Amino acid sequence: MAPVLELRGITKRFPGVLANDHIDLTVEKGEIHALLGENGAGKTTLMNILYGLYHPDEGDILVNGIKANIKSPIDAIKAGVGMVHQHFMLVPVFTVTENVMLGEEFTKYGGVLDRSLAAKKVQEISDKYNLNIDPNAYIKDMPVGLQQRVEIIKLLFREANILIMDEPTAVLTPQEVTELFKIMQTLIDQGKSIIFITHKLGEVLECANKITVIRGGKVVGSTDPKTASMNDLANMMVGREVKLEVDKAPQKIGDTVLEVQDLKVLDPRGGIAIDSINFEVKAGEVLGIAGVQGNGQTELVRSLTGLLTPIDGTVTLNGQDITHSNPRQITELGTAHIPEDRQKDGLVLSLPISDNLVLNTYYLKPYSKGIWLDQKVIIETGENLVKSFDIRTPSVFTTASSLSGGNQQKIIVAREFSRPIKLLIASQPTRGLDVGSIEYIHKRLLEKRDEGCAVLLVSTELDEVMQLSDRIAVLYRGKIIAIVDGKTATKEQLGLLMAGITGETEKMSL
Amino acid sequence: MTTTTTTPSIATSKGMRSRERRRRLIMGGIFLAAALFIWFVFVANITPGAQTTFLMAPGGSSNETADWVFSTGITLNVIAGILALLGVFQVVRGFGKITNSILAVVAILFIFGFLTWATSGGQTNLAGLLRVMVVRAVPLTLGALSGILCERSGVVNIGIEGMMLTAAFVSTVFASLSHNLWIGMLSGILAGGLMGLIHAVLSIKYKINQIISGTVINIFATGITSYLSSKFLQKTSYQFLNEPGMFPQVEIPLLSKIPFIGPILFHHNIYVYAMIILVLFLSFMLFKTRWGLRVRAVGEHPKAADTLGINVFKTRYMAVILGGMMAGFAGTYFTLGSSGRFDEVLTAGRGFIGLAAMIFGNYNPIGSMGAGLLFGFFDSLSVKASLLQVPLPSEFLGMVPYLATIIVLAGVVGKGHIPAADGEPYEKE
Repeated sequence: MAPVLELRGITKRFPGVLANDHIDLTVEKGEIHALLGENGAGKTTLMNILYGLYHPDEGDILVNGIKANIKSPIDAIKAGVGMVHQHFMLVPVFTVTENVMLGEEFTKYGGVLDRSLAAKKVQEISDKYNLNIDPNAYIKDMPVGLQQRVEIIKLLFREANILIMDEPTAVLTPQEVTELFKIMQTLIDQGKSIIFITHKLGEVLECANKITVIRGGKVVGSTDPKTASMNDLANMMVGREVKLEVDKAPQKIGDTVLEVQDLKVLDPRGGIAIDSINFEVKAGEVLGIAGVQGNGQTELVRSLTGLLTPIDGTVTLNGQDITHSNPRQITELGTAHIPEDRQKDGLVLSLPISDNLVLNTYYLKPYSKGIWLDQKVIIETGENLVKSFDIRTPSVFTTASSLSGGNQQKIIVAREFSRPIKLLIASQPTRGLDVGSIEYIHKRLLEKRDEGCAVLLVSTELDEVMQLSDRIAVLYRGKIIAIVDGKTATKEQLGLLMAGITGETEKMSL
Repeated sequence: MTTTTTTPSIATSKGMRSRERRRRLIMGGIFLAAALFIWFVFVANITPGAQTTFLMAPGGSSNETADWVFSTGITLNVIAGILALLGVFQVVRGFGKITNSILAVVAILFIFGFLTWATSGGQTNLAGLLRVMVVRAVPLTLGALSGILCERSGVVNIGIEGMMLTAAFVSTVFASLSHNLWIGMLSGILAGGLMGLIHAVLSIKYKINQIISGTVINIFATGITSYLSSKFLQKTSYQFLNEPGMFPQVEIPLLSKIPFIGPILFHHNIYVYAMIILVLFLSFMLFKTRWGLRVRAVGEHPKAADTLGINVFKTRYMAVILGGMMAGFAGTYFTLGSSGRFDEVLTAGRGFIGLAAMIFGNYNPIGSMGAGLLFGFFDSLSVKASLLQVPLPSEFLGMVPYLATIIVLAGVVGKGHIPAADGEPYEKE
């Protein structure tokens, strides 16, 4: 029997880049085929071709052995290929049924919606695949994990046989991930095939039947998850020896640097984002803040760095009250900030690298003389930093926008680390970076800790928090529901806490 | 788009609760304040034993209905008592989901109390007041429907005023030349559709800022119609261009004979009936049909609609052109349904007030008609205010609905849902 999907020699060129270079991929019926690769390896381009958003320059797509001409997402769906997008394509104010039938509406009398018939079909699909979805619930009232299942129902409703899942675990708690893997198993048991796109090695080994690794737009190999190890996969993905484990020096704890008491912060809509939290970070330690995205992380970091004024509570930095200080005052007291959104809050993309490197010190000597900037000094400093922090760029005059994510992050790290700092607040420091850059950032963060800097690490990547932190605080619905020791914490324990489940045994106040 | 917008923040539930509590108390406070106002301002200022007389048939109507005479003091005390009870219940328990409906009841009772007080010792034609309210609501409601069509699909339309004005002008000329009101109306609708098409091309194809595009339409329409009007329509030698005539009043058999209600609702020209039918029809289309589901999807999450094979651009074009035609129909009301001739800027800002009615009505046709009627009532009242014994300039009464709109926009009555992609041009990848 012909494979359910076969890609032959798919090639896609963008101006100056060969995004996909003669990629061959075969997906059999009833398998979970993991597509593993770093950001920028060409996974997304390949899937966009398969899904009809891009057109390949060369190559063929065969569905069930027959050549398919896919020019739009609609052609893809007709050929039985559907995509669960990373950012859900759901209308929050519509019900599940309305979202599912949109575009393929059930109607009577030539145009009047038949909601009850469509709801029945949704219910049938939900029952068949154990999805546990109420067809009449509104999307806006549903947790993210359930919203994702609605996306899956949308595809099943259109009778898709090949489901592409683009980084589906990025927004889920570890428990929700387990649930998702169960659902994926049910789907393939019923004869569907799944292409699972990810860069998380552990997940691949856990659920895939077959693994294809892509690097630099080329397939570098396929392996069987039963025989492959994490290190093999990482090496294939990066193309060289990678160290997955981080070496951590023994801890030398100093005095308390940052102290947060009864902090209360509102979100932009006026709801309470941070609800009376207390914690402290000492010199020479990394305090990790774990939690699923959207539990108040953004507001916490913004209030600590002076970008948002808390409504209650105090923040103290080395004994000085900074609750109502502005960002410049906080910076001058020795705080470094690696913001969550590096392109929006960390850099001025249209400015050259040299200017970006002095964004928080430009008004000081030697960069400024009176009201004039001293470009010569700024450029010299820039060139030195580019060298010492290994920022890959043609020159310091290049704009920040033209660099890769990893190199952009290096500019921020270079800027923040090149002045004397006592507190480092790093928010999602490795989001969207390749394995090589992640390794680099992690090394630098730990260097700062060993130098006696207090480090507050906010990350939704549980692995990252567990690797780097000396203590881990779990943020859930704006509260710190537990602070645990980083050495003894387990993934299961943290996962439960991230879902808001606290047992007496897990609760430790350090 | 960042993930934070697609992931609803689950950390807000507590904040929501405290906000709900605050809202409950504010609402209760409003109800109690209304009761106290009646007691301390109205009841304190009437002569004991005064009577209020409401005439229950409009002047000149053949509908014979007896006058309604009652004691001012007792009525005011009863109304204030009800308001106080509602207020206490709201503060202690809260009406929950029906709070907004209760607010409407409170507003109506309060307005009735005001009328009772203002008429104390004299008489007011209540039926006439309400009849004028319905008439005044027509252009506002139709304007709101035009806005709903555009904005539900994600295109902001502040050019309704200009579209109305253009249609009013065109309909006058065509009706005068053809001596046929229906041709006049049709030409006005088409002119509005054409203006809608211009707005659609500017804002959908060329992705111009939609506020600017709408403003341009308003300025252009005001300029060109004023120029052509003063050059031709207002000149004696061209009077044949400005004599379109008017649609006659149509009495609906039987229904118009109902006491009190009949003359208020069922003795009008076709515009009033058209308003009611269009409101119901558009509600049905938006919320019960495939077309409506798609229009709303495009206004909420165009990318989601696009991935499901819905043509975002086509859907928006259609909605904006239909919105323009609706504005055009509203425009013909001014000339063919109300004044029988064209004068410069005779729409007098009604298009903008229609937008206010749309927002007040939460982008919902029936809600917008409610808002249109409310605005119409105060409009009607401010005309009559000079006849009432009220120590208050009529302009202040005229301000009340707009103050109410500002309060609604400030979120006291609870934030409505604005279509999520309203005003954002869609870029295909």
